[in-house]
Amino acid sequence: MLVSLLALLPIAFVIGVSWQIGWAQIEALVWRARVGELLVNTVLLVVITLPLCILLGTALAWLTERTDLPGRRLWSLLAVAPLAVPAFVHSYAWVSLVPSMHGLPAGVLVSVIAYFPFLYMPVAATLRRLDPAIEDVAESLGLKPWAVFFRVVLPQLRLAICGGALLVGLHLLAEYGLYAMIRFDTFTTAIFDQFKSTFNGPAANMLAAVLALCCLAMLTAESAARGHARYARVGSGSAREQRIVRLSPRTIPLALGLQSLTCALALGVPLVTLSQWLIAGGREVWRFNELLPALEQTLLLGVAGAVLTTCAAVPIAWLSIRAPGRLRRILEGCNYITSSLPGIVVALALVTVTIHFARPIYQTTITVLLAYLLIFLPRALVSLRAGIAQAPVELENMARSLGRSPGRALWQITLRLAAPAAAAGAALVFLAIANELTATLLLAPNGTRTLATGFWAMTSEIDYAAAAPYALILILMSLPLTGLLYHQSKRTAGR
Amino acid sequence: MNALELHALCKSFGSQRALADVSLSVPTGGRTVIVGPSGSGKTTLLRMIAGFEFPDSGSLTLNGQVLVDTTHAVPAHQRQIGYVPQDGALFPHMTVADNIGFGLTAKGEAHHSRIAELMDSVALDANMARRWPHELSGGQQQRVALARALAQQPRLMLLDEPFSALDTGLRSAMRKMVARLLSDAGITTVLVTHDQAEALSFADQLAVMRQGRLVQSGPPMEMYQYPADEQTALFLGDAVVLPARIQAGWADCDLGRIQTNSPLSHDTARIMLRPEQVHLSATGCPGVVTEREFGGNTCTLTVALHADPSHTILVRSAGLLAPLAGSAVHLSTTGTAHVLFG
Repeated sequence: MLVSLLALLPIAFVIGVSWQIGWAQIEALVWRARVGELLVNTVLLVVITLPLCILLGTALAWLTERTDLPGRRLWSLLAVAPLAVPAFVHSYAWVSLVPSMHGLPAGVLVSVIAYFPFLYMPVAATLRRLDPAIEDVAESLGLKPWAVFFRVVLPQLRLAICGGALLVGLHLLAEYGLYAMIRFDTFTTAIFDQFKSTFNGPAANMLAAVLALCCLAMLTAESAARGHARYARVGSGSAREQRIVRLSPRTIPLALGLQSLTCALALGVPLVTLSQWLIAGGREVWRFNELLPALEQTLLLGVAGAVLTTCAAVPIAWLSIRAPGRLRRILEGCNYITSSLPGIVVALALVTVTIHFARPIYQTTITVLLAYLLIFLPRALVSLRAGIAQAPVELENMARSLGRSPGRALWQITLRLAAPAAAAGAALVFLAIANELTATLLLAPNGTRTLATGFWAMTSEIDYAAAAPYALILILMSLPLTGLLYHQSKRTAGR
Repeated sequence: MNALELHALCKSFGSQRALADVSLSVPTGGRTVIVGPSGSGKTTLLRMIAGFEFPDSGSLTLNGQVLVDTTHAVPAHQRQIGYVPQDGALFPHMTVADNIGFGLTAKGEAHHSRIAELMDSVALDANMARRWPHELSGGQQQRVALARALAQQPRLMLLDEPFSALDTGLRSAMRKMVARLLSDAGITTVLVTHDQAEALSFADQLAVMRQGRLVQSGPPMEMYQYPADEQTALFLGDAVVLPARIQAGWADCDLGRIQTNSPLSHDTARIMLRPEQVHLSATGCPGVVTEREFGGNTCTLTVALHADPSHTILVRSAGLLAPLAGSAVHLSTTGTAHVLFG
């Protein structure tokens, strides 16, 4: 509750600023050809990228979880691995490879590659935990295998797909580095440019307000698509093993082709270009006196932020599953809106507020962590919500009848069962923090340099070779975490 | 003495009436069965006793302690009431031993020996302790769930259709085991079921629910013989219901003159007999067998009487000796008929 109210802060900031500017000027600022152009750009990006991500993510999840695809364990690992590569490193790699890349097609390509794991992960996790008996029943009712998939499996994936799609959509709206590098103008890049030219100008604030409205529309759409269904399994005891579909000899090459193409685009390109830059840069780009403190800073901020955010997400996720009401939906929505505001808007809101009302924490780690909490809460939330939805409320009741207080019942049963989901959420938050640029730049105490801001400083000076070590360390650091993410999501409860 | 007292409990879910003015006393150490068709509110009642639901009005008392009334409610975890749900609801992330030990407060060696004791009491093999719930059969899962509920030495045990997921042979064996185990431990038990045969065999006290109301309660044999109304009569088993004229404790009906349990006189009453009170005999009311349902040890015959063929009568007969459909038979009765009013 408190967290949700806190989340309203940046929105209050946007509204407050709009209020000060006055309606006449707002009208003048918003009804411009430039805004229309940005709107078209942003909407096209979302409309084209989202379906592609859903299609790719679900197809890969189904192939790796439900078929006898050769090497499916490896493929599923490789489908999660692109998460370890920051979005701006993806576009850095593509720009290095094809310097002429720009505009919408480039934006869509890099976005799909960078963000499809956000859909793959929840869909694969859900596929793993579905009750196979339901599919058996559907088949016994005369449905063909494809009909079983579309009428029984897919509807049960709805929660996962909606959550993942929302996450991707919000990233598309809020990402800066990726689009700035391939020179594709979205609202966020435009806001950033405005801020750089006129620090805290009304024009940028108005763009942010329009962006917030876009996010609101997206939230409403997701909420409508999610519906009111609850997906706790009600069967007896524990679920049996999932059935595995045999691929025909003709489909196997097709499936392998899809997997390896995705893999080559999402992992091959960044790795190849990075190695080229590293070889070209030689030994002098490894400035350890700068790299090591940056690594330490990143780890510190990432771990603290991830723990804080996950803890804050628990009560919200629990309430939204166990007691879905309008108020909860609205509170949860507030968090999403905040996260969809570009990091820089959240950051500037915090700057304004801390300067005026909480001077002692201005430019301290506390403020940075607060910003991370506000921006990345939905990542933990989406993951946790799906996990808690899979733990039947009956088990919690059971623990209470055995003498556990509601809080301890929640801790020992539901959270234990949702632990893989929570760990996945925390890992996602850590990765996000490690790759965060704008809020860190603005809020961190003077002299703070994380790997991401270091990378950005180098590329801004067009020193691509010097940026490569930062990117490499970022990827190497993220890899074990992504591996953990992968491993945790593989584990089902009780095994 | 009564362990559990339910007083005027009411509960609605939106406009749906789940419980309407339910009052019941459950005697200490006894086995009370609440039976009713699905949707009759029996599970809601049970969950209310457990503390998972709260009544809109009314009160609930256990051993003199008020669990729920209009001003306050004891939360589920402080009630010390054991609960075994239909599917067992074992914690999937814990082994059998951890599931059973979940409610135990003892630590160390005492903890382990208590688990072993509990497993023994529900006839679970000691080497099951390290298994996971998904490796157990339905019957074993139920035993673990029962042992888990017994662990905290509950003041009251609630069983929500605990045998319905088991196959027939196992079901009656489990029922006997549970009944014996709970009476030996002297634990007051409330069981909810929709299965009348299970209800009649398990209960010391039977309570019939219908549409959120408690229709009747009492010892099972009494309820079977003297149900409050025709619906209850038919719910508890097959019944022969006939219109009759009653005078001075005797009923005149198509089956002749039968003694009743009512001293009142009534011109248009209905009487009820259980099929096992009607026999094939050499003399008596003549009729013809219209249907024959073979059931192994017994055979249920449907007989149309010559006096009024529109009234068919169910008769039980030894399976192998039963006459074929179309045979002419004579019927006689034993015992007294139960008069249904209203």
